[in-house]
Amino acid sequence: MRRQIPIVVCFVFGIFMLAQFFVSHPLLTRGYQNVLDWMQIIFVFALLVGALSFLILHLDKISKQQKEWGYNLVALAGLAAMVFLGFFKGIQKDSPFLWVFDNLQVPMQSTMFSLLAFFVASAAYRGFRARNFQSVVLLVAGVLIILGRVPLGEMLHSKIPESATWILNVPSMAARRGILIGIGLGSIATSLRIIVGIERTYLGKG
Amino acid sequence: MDLGTLIAAILTLFIFSFLYKDNPFYKFAEYLLVGISVGYFIVISIKTTVVPKLIFPVFREGDLLCLIPGILGFFMFLRFFPKLAWLSRISMALIIGAGAGVSIPAMMQAQIFAQMKASMGSYASINNIIVALAVITTLSYFFFSREHKGALGTSAKIGVFFMMLFFGATFGYTVMSRVTLLIGRAQFLLGDFLGIIK
Repeated sequence: MRRQIPIVVCFVFGIFMLAQFFVSHPLLTRGYQNVLDWMQIIFVFALLVGALSFLILHLDKISKQQKEWGYNLVALAGLAAMVFLGFFKGIQKDSPFLWVFDNLQVPMQSTMFSLLAFFVASAAYRGFRARNFQSVVLLVAGVLIILGRVPLGEMLHSKIPESATWILNVPSMAARRGILIGIGLGSIATSLRIIVGIERTYLGKG
Repeated sequence: MDLGTLIAAILTLFIFSFLYKDNPFYKFAEYLLVGISVGYFIVISIKTTVVPKLIFPVFREGDLLCLIPGILGFFMFLRFFPKLAWLSRISMALIIGAGAGVSIPAMMQAQIFAQMKASMGSYASINNIIVALAVITTLSYFFFSREHKGALGTSAKIGVFFMMLFFGATFGYTVMSRVTLLIGRAQFLLGDFLGIIK
């Protein structure tokens, strides 16, 4: 029963959501919209489970005063501040909640991602070696795209920006299409396996 | 300079300090970012999804059908209790089953038919011929029902060439997007914070 009920639920909802695409009926459309809303609600609860787990983990480290527990306190303070501001002061424009979002979260997030510029460049320098024809193609395409997007590229050769645009719009885009079609076919096959109950890894063990 | 700019600049510098080495300033900003992000998503998800789609319909409109996702959502918390943890599988099964059902026609339309249609243009231009060739050869690389020998092997090799071009281009594009963010942060520090550039 612990495994059968979820498999039946998966099958029923999978078939229903698939069937409504082919059968146009107001009742089915309403049901489809309801199920989409249900998915969103359950997804939020799943997110809250993650948040609770985050809370337990940090509280545990603080209570045991493990190494560098002060940082765990900082994480919890950030969480508590946002939850307090969001629920008690509102999330409307000019609210303290959005002020924290704009002046703390957004700058920190974009700085974190900008740090990757250094690490990607460093990893590329260490990892990219023109060992064979394929790696040469990869290297040349990458360098051309990088140079084609900065004034230096045009200074080196007037054709570099043009070549970069051509690579992006023709061969790269075509290969992307081939990969997307492959992903689409793979996703459909996996979805069908999930609906009919062949693929059960989401159930976990036990 | 307002308080927001000052705080944003200090936190930006804290994070950039990681370029030297891992240090307490970076760790402070890192943990703060994690805490704030989790708090932000909790508030936004509850206020934009749970309240209008669960709380209001059940308690204001008396729509008891909405209790179903509420109960299934509650089941998710039972993962913390080993004896009842299996109930959370029902909620997961609904999300995964319904998601799989929705994705089949969506994938068919957006990933397969749309991409095939876009690849079948007029073959008067050399670029369109290259596009068709690249799509077919790339797909042939993913055809594993036959050994990659003969015509299929050659086609797969050409497909790999196009995929390498794609991976190289994607890598270059990713680097440039990160560099754009870096320039944005530098502009913020030198302009908004220090006022050196305008």
